[in-house]
Amino acid sequence: MNIKEIQQEIVEEFALFEDWMQRYEYMIDLGKSLPLILEEYKTDDNIIKGCQSKVWVHADLETDKLVFTADSDAIITKGIIAILIRAFSDQKPLDIIEADTQFIDEIGLKEHLSATRANGLVSMIKQIKLYAVAYQTQLS
Amino acid sequence: MFDVTKIRTDFPILKREVNGKPLVYLDNAATSQTPQQVIDVIVDYYSNYNANIHRGVHALSQEATDKYEQARIKIQKHFNAKHTHEIIYTSGTTHSINIVANGFSAFIKKGDEVLVSAMEHHSNIVPWQMLCERTGAILKVIPMNQEGELLMDVYDTLLSDKTKLVFCNHISNALGTINPIEEIISKAHNVGAVVLIDGAQAAPHLVADMQALDVDFYTVSAHKICGPTGVGMLFGKEEWLNKLPPYHGGGEMIAEVTFEKTTYAGLPHKFEAGTPNICGGIAFGAAVDYMNHIGFKDIAEYEHELLEYATEELLKIDGLKIYGTAQQKTSVISFNINGVHPYDIGTILDKLGIAVRTGHHCAQPIMDFYKIPGTVRASFSFYNTKEEVDVLVAGVKRATAMLV
Repeated sequence: MNIKEIQQEIVEEFALFEDWMQRYEYMIDLGKSLPLILEEYKTDDNIIKGCQSKVWVHADLETDKLVFTADSDAIITKGIIAILIRAFSDQKPLDIIEADTQFIDEIGLKEHLSATRANGLVSMIKQIKLYAVAYQTQLS
Repeated sequence: MFDVTKIRTDFPILKREVNGKPLVYLDNAATSQTPQQVIDVIVDYYSNYNANIHRGVHALSQEATDKYEQARIKIQKHFNAKHTHEIIYTSGTTHSINIVANGFSAFIKKGDEVLVSAMEHHSNIVPWQMLCERTGAILKVIPMNQEGELLMDVYDTLLSDKTKLVFCNHISNALGTINPIEEIISKAHNVGAVVLIDGAQAAPHLVADMQALDVDFYTVSAHKICGPTGVGMLFGKEEWLNKLPPYHGGGEMIAEVTFEKTTYAGLPHKFEAGTPNICGGIAFGAAVDYMNHIGFKDIAEYEHELLEYATEELLKIDGLKIYGTAQQKTSVISFNINGVHPYDIGTILDKLGIAVRTGHHCAQPIMDFYKIPGTVRASFSFYNTKEEVDVLVAGVKRATAMLV
């Protein structure tokens, strides 16, 4: 599936829940299944700034696609990254760079996060895009 | 008669819902809610006598000036300051501390020592660090034990004739510890040091008597005692306020201005440059009236009851640890659940309509001391109820079940 299709799938999944407690329960489950970053990459350099809980994101290029791994010390934060990774992992850097992030608004995630967490979410997306830009430069 | 049901009707905000659930407001250490009596004063000011003060010849200006100065007298009486002009209106505790920290540059030299407690809010650390950077003075820390109590025997050894200033909060915002400030002040005075006590967290729970404490500086924010945000006080002994240079320059704080030289106004105006928060000052006075009308003795007793009940009920939850277990503490409970990040608990509690603070509470050194990223902090006010404690406990249990 391409990024747009995956995003659409996530939006549809979130629409199935009746309230935000259920959505949080789902995010916590997603957090538990997050593809974890290797311990060696959990360095201070890889911590995303702007998040009040600690978040690490790492990217590896596998042939022509980027594969993301991540971790956080807070489980709901892990769930948020899991959603992002599902949308952007295993995709070509150029596609990641060009992808829009409208689906975050469609899920309604931002308005249900505290201001600090919403800032953290923006920082996570930025970091994912920065990895894509860096690897795209390497590829071209 | 202390009647919490009746008291709650004074606070319109307590009727609202959050995320479809009745609001349970347990973030009182961050800011208290505002009773109708204070809201009415704010509305009355803007509806009837809004004017600039101290300079107008017209009736509205006179009326606003009178009310603003009457409020200052109320505040003076409440804190038992010797003189009305020892009460400086500020934008709040942080502003108050900065006036003193900035002004003391003139009296501090390289090698002098300043002492600060291990449980300070960032606003009572950073201005002093800046002072030390400017002057070459040394900042030393009065340590605390695991319960969150200051080690007073170490304090004794830190004090010397090099000690010029001592800063400590009256009550810790993160732990609720009531610090032995009488002892801290008198021992500092014995070596000739000046003491600033940050009373931001104490003012909602007890009445600090400036003359009995013999404190040099004491700071308060109105929004912690049912007043509006953006206004507070700096109490300073007359002799110190006279010595300290002004912090801001501008209108209102001058006696005479020529392009060659300006002479400053006397106290308190020397520290109140520009048009002040007039409405805020008047409402601050109204908040002091309101708190006294409820009665600090009743407030302390009732809040202690809430604290004991909440502590007992929360400790029944598996894996819950409370940080700050001082013998003398106010109605603040900082806690974590084993293996769960405080943000996660705070997020779920918010969905349940429960407002708590999560994080480092602007007191990172305390979190470093306990080697934790932060805590969940529930802080109770006299308008909270045991039923709300039950909602909190049930919420923490539900969050834990989801998160572990």
